[in-house]
Amino acid sequence: MGEFKVHRIRFFNHMPSAIRVMAFNSHTERLVVARADGAVEIFNFADNYYQEKVIPGRDGKAVEALCWVGRRLFSAGLDGEITEYDLENLRPRNSMEAYGGPIWTISSNSQGTLLAAGCEDGTVKMFEVLEDRIQFQRNLSRQKGRIISLSWHPTGSQIAAGMLDMIKIFDAETGHATHRLLVERGLQRTSNSQEVVVWSVAFLSDHTIISGDSAGKVQIWDGITGTLVRTHLLTKWDVLVLAVSPDESSVIAGTSEGTVVQFQFISSTVDQQDKQWVRTRTFKSHSHDVRALVHTDTAVVSGGVDTQLVVRPLLDKVEKNTQESAMRKIIFPHRNLVSCAKKAGLLLFQFSDHLELWRLGESDGNGKPGDRLPVKRNPEKLIQLKRKGEDNICCSALSPCGGWLAYATVSSVRLYRLQLDNNISINKVSKLPKELNSVHQLSFSSDSSKLFASSILSSVIVASVKELECKYLHTFKPPSDSRQPVHLLSPSEDGNWLATANTGGEIHVFDVHKLKLHCSVPVCGSCPTAVSIHPFSCSLVSVHADQQIFEFSLKQKEFTAWSRKLQKQGMHPLWLQRDAPITRVTFNPNNPTHILLHDTSMFCIVDQILPLPEEKTRFYNQSVLQSLSLGERLRNSHAFKVYRNFQNLLCVDLMEDHSLVVVERPLLDIVSQLPAPVQQKKFAT
Amino acid sequence: MAALCEGYTLCGLVPAQNRLCSGLRGIEEERDSDHVIVTESTRCATLYKVSDQKPLSSWTVKQGQSLTSSAVFNTKTSEYVAVSDNKVIRIWKEEDILLDKAFKATVSADVWMVHCPRGGEPVVLFQRGDVRLLDSLLAAPHQPVQEVLAQEESIRWSTSIVTEMQQMVIFTTELKGDHFLCLQRLNPNSLQRYHLEREEPGLSPLSFSTSYRDKHICLLYLYPNGHVYESLISVRGSGAGEGSEALSLPRSLILSLPVGDDLLEAAAAVVLDDAHVAVVGVPHPCAGPGKDFLCIWNTNFQTLQAGKEMAGKLYGQLWSYSNKLFIPHGKTLSVIPFACPKSCLASALGKLKQARAEDSRPPALVPSWNNILHGEKHQPPKTAEIRKTRTTRRTQSSPCLTTDQVLELIKTASAEEVKKEVEGLLTRQDVQDLQLSLGQLAVTLVSRSLAEPAFYTPSTLQQLVHTQCLCHSICPDLVALALEKKDYFLCQLCLQFFPDIPEVITCACLKAFISLPDADAERLSLEPDGVSFMQILISREHDQVGLQNGFTSTSCEDEDAGSGQQRRRKDEENARNPPEPVCPVGVHKAALINEVLQAAYSDTFLLPHLKDLSSQHVILFLQYLQFLYQQYSLEAFPQKHSFRSPSQNQIMDWVCMLLDAHFTVLVMTPEAKGLLQNLHRFVDCQVKLFLQLGKIESSLQQINEMKVKEDVGAYSIEVIELF
Repeated sequence: MGEFKVHRIRFFNHMPSAIRVMAFNSHTERLVVARADGAVEIFNFADNYYQEKVIPGRDGKAVEALCWVGRRLFSAGLDGEITEYDLENLRPRNSMEAYGGPIWTISSNSQGTLLAAGCEDGTVKMFEVLEDRIQFQRNLSRQKGRIISLSWHPTGSQIAAGMLDMIKIFDAETGHATHRLLVERGLQRTSNSQEVVVWSVAFLSDHTIISGDSAGKVQIWDGITGTLVRTHLLTKWDVLVLAVSPDESSVIAGTSEGTVVQFQFISSTVDQQDKQWVRTRTFKSHSHDVRALVHTDTAVVSGGVDTQLVVRPLLDKVEKNTQESAMRKIIFPHRNLVSCAKKAGLLLFQFSDHLELWRLGESDGNGKPGDRLPVKRNPEKLIQLKRKGEDNICCSALSPCGGWLAYATVSSVRLYRLQLDNNISINKVSKLPKELNSVHQLSFSSDSSKLFASSILSSVIVASVKELECKYLHTFKPPSDSRQPVHLLSPSEDGNWLATANTGGEIHVFDVHKLKLHCSVPVCGSCPTAVSIHPFSCSLVSVHADQQIFEFSLKQKEFTAWSRKLQKQGMHPLWLQRDAPITRVTFNPNNPTHILLHDTSMFCIVDQILPLPEEKTRFYNQSVLQSLSLGERLRNSHAFKVYRNFQNLLCVDLMEDHSLVVVERPLLDIVSQLPAPVQQKKFAT
Repeated sequence: MAALCEGYTLCGLVPAQNRLCSGLRGIEEERDSDHVIVTESTRCATLYKVSDQKPLSSWTVKQGQSLTSSAVFNTKTSEYVAVSDNKVIRIWKEEDILLDKAFKATVSADVWMVHCPRGGEPVVLFQRGDVRLLDSLLAAPHQPVQEVLAQEESIRWSTSIVTEMQQMVIFTTELKGDHFLCLQRLNPNSLQRYHLEREEPGLSPLSFSTSYRDKHICLLYLYPNGHVYESLISVRGSGAGEGSEALSLPRSLILSLPVGDDLLEAAAAVVLDDAHVAVVGVPHPCAGPGKDFLCIWNTNFQTLQAGKEMAGKLYGQLWSYSNKLFIPHGKTLSVIPFACPKSCLASALGKLKQARAEDSRPPALVPSWNNILHGEKHQPPKTAEIRKTRTTRRTQSSPCLTTDQVLELIKTASAEEVKKEVEGLLTRQDVQDLQLSLGQLAVTLVSRSLAEPAFYTPSTLQQLVHTQCLCHSICPDLVALALEKKDYFLCQLCLQFFPDIPEVITCACLKAFISLPDADAERLSLEPDGVSFMQILISREHDQVGLQNGFTSTSCEDEDAGSGQQRRRKDEENARNPPEPVCPVGVHKAALINEVLQAAYSDTFLLPHLKDLSSQHVILFLQYLQFLYQQYSLEAFPQKHSFRSPSQNQIMDWVCMLLDAHFTVLVMTPEAKGLLQNLHRFVDCQVKLFLQLGKIESSLQQINEMKVKEDVGAYSIEVIELF
């Protein structure tokens, strides 16, 4: 059926960055995650947790706090600035110095009119949220010691601030502190001299204040009287973060041990009157500190130093044994960090601060399936290119011929001419057209003569590249008034078409020669995660976050018969249950009916000739087929040939010599690079 | 063990006037295994339902015509095909009543036979050797037919088989005393001729039979001197040399049937499966010279498996269809169902002789003189050397007696002379050449010894047994003679080398060995291997250190802890800490008994004979078995050595059988009580151990299955396949 020589690569040392803080917008169902390198990622919980947008960070910009105000996103960090992001053009919109030293926390009131920032100098600064910016309003009365955490009362009349050794309650009107709640110093571990940090506070509408501190306690206070109601000792280490469910019936606390502990407001006996906060469940989803928590209606979302984003549905809130109830771990980005030069046998690895260009190895001869071939020539790192400036790399591209390399940061685009024949040389193309300034996706045409770049306002810039020169040709504007960023660019193999997809779910196909829009694919509910144009049949295959696959004929401008058949019959349940999106679609020139797809846990050849799997069909049937005779095999095979022996895939691509390039990133390699977790007494150690 | 069942008559026969021919032209299988179509050599073909023993329908050609080829049934079209008067092909269906109204076609040349193998097309074989598919022949019945055979060559026998790839017709021809095998492949057609090696001058094969297995056609043919040869022909064949040159067909002698004084006349051998041959018209080796026997021989072990005397004259005709033999004899055609179970040593001989790997060496045909002369220093003699000594001997000793002369000599000469001459014969000739005459030698020797009590040649007999060419079937009285003469060394050798000693003899040996006084036994000279094994086993019992394999004598302690009575406790104390196991028999006696333990047997036959043992003997034997088993359980010791020794399973089987045979007696015998208790306790411990082992079996299995995860490294190039 399909025999492939596979370059199995494990030397791409991609290292995700630790999750620092998260915020959830329940109206748009978007989760924003800030990582230690300053990158901000937006996940759409309504669309299968797809990572829609990534705004790269920059050196020295550590995000300490995130806050949604309506659809607007603000962050603050230890650089003392409050930043608002432009979510359409994927860059910071504006930043404002708060003049209070490093900012530890920001929080907006429920009305979305005020933004409070807790600063190192002990002030809580109030900012008025205006249409296009924020404006400093006033300081609340200044305290001694830094403000670590803040929480508004839902009415907006009061605000609680976690500090060192105490919690202060301010009247938001007057700005005066009304209560001072002293937090006891360490019960066990720390000596009395060591001050306790209130890492997180939560102010509930019944004036209950819940705090988590560095002594490992979660404490329940009465905010009206300022008295301690109850203390739960969770850990010898820190309770780093708290999150409250929208209905305020449940609170979760993340600890340094990697556990998340749930408290629920329930009556300990049957009679309803006597409700109290009771520790109920403990989740252990992380190996390291849980630094960020979100409590949605149905799930606990946690992230921390071990870089994984874990969505753990609460089984009393979701239907059991459904896809909704499955735990999800999001480890790898939902976009491509690897570019392949198919013709030249080169790979470009994108890191946040540098790029690596590798040449594939070679082997002798052929082998039987299952063999490992002797490596005649080892892969070779040709170039390691450090980025210029402070901004992290947001995208990169390698031309199919291997002669051009481009990367972009939030502020600039750089294009290089590569000579790799005998002596490797790299020359920067000095003058780039001024239109290429804010770019979030790059791609070269298949003949390496054009560079496509998605830019502001959902537009795509076309530039020609030739002999150390880059000339602006055209800007494709979207036909709709969508301003969502274009996150996928896919030039066709024959050089006629360019397919673009934006996070609004729109897919447009432009005619590269006539420089105009050819057609738009009907929008479906889910965001496309990979698009590609078939080299021969001129049909566009798109895969979406909800795991649906469509094939759209560019000639007829309609979905093909196969696509309609697939939709009619529906995808196999096991296909829909996969939790990672397809991030690449490629075609096999030798077998035009084959579509090659991959996500992080498998790659799959979809054979359009074969019958589609029915619901009762055994979906993962490769091992079964292997044991069958040829005739039986033909009878039992179905369109989805899923190969799962490779895991943690970052890239699966087909080179021109019909060999597969598979880039794996074993989780163990990631774990081994993490800092040591806190010490825990384990049984029998 | 193959067996012939009770037969029944299918139909009567009208033999020819001279009573040389049965009057049957052929029997062919019809639609299923229960229907056959019988063609008489005159005018009639009859369809029989075999199990009902009755004809379903019958077809006759007109007076004056005759059927010249047996009727065959084409399963694909459900039609019958036959040839009348050599040239008229007749095709009819079951519902046709009158043959003359059915289809007929006259062809241009004489037909030898029409064949229609199961799963194949009907093919027509012409007398001059040309082969045509019936369909293509009928399309143009008058098409010219080739002369494939030489002028005076004529077909003797033919058949057709279907292999995975193609259908082929096989026929043998005779040309001036030479016999040829022709293999005609169909689609694509090709003819391959093989030349059969000449047997003694003037002998031509009496019968042929083919079978197809493992991509080879196996041709089996019987000569009047009783030799049955087998030739293998690859169905692939060589495309080269087609037709022109007759290849010589290698053959191997697989059976040499006893023929008595004169040559066979009407006999046939038919392959039943890959190890069994049915032979008809050959004398039974145990009965007189009469040839009216139907026998099944095992070709692997050359043993007679079943025999049946048939009433009336046999015509040398035999057919076999799906476990039924069709044999015309006298004035009847009988059906004799038979069974040939898959033949391995175990089923051919009863219990597997020895399951251990080191004993699986092929039976050495070269006698191991070194074993006798130099004890353990066994060196395989090189064939070249043997040849050399043989030729030199041949030149030196001038009066060389032939086998026949030696046979004559045995009947009269003195023991010394016989000894000398037989030894001479054995050294002179290659054992393989002698293989057939060795049996006769032994039989003659034994019969003389039995007849004349004074005459006995132990060393000669030992030598003969050592050649490993003898077996009990060839020389049935040898073991009995040895027992009678108290020649226990010979008994030991026989038990060791004969694969087919009957259970009654085995039991007789056992009885003799057990009742042998130890003092007498120690004086015997026995095979050193078995003796040294016992010596090591017994010497170990003194310096053993730890118990292994789960058996600890105190393991029943916790269960017994509650019991109160003093006396009982003392009893248990004794039982619980049994005195160091002591071998209840002497070394030599033990070595002899071990030989019995390793002999082949079958439970059902042995059991009745075991019952003949006296209870004293049973207890002694049981004690010895217990001793052996405990020694074995202590350590995996005996299995590690290459000594000839009974396996643990064999010991256990014998214990079980002995208990089965004598349990009631043993229970009643007070002396046996302790022994039984000990056995029970021991077995109990073992059962517990294995129960526990069984629990962790799956976990242990898992360890086996755990694959060491390959370190893929940072880069590798692999080949994968998607299906």
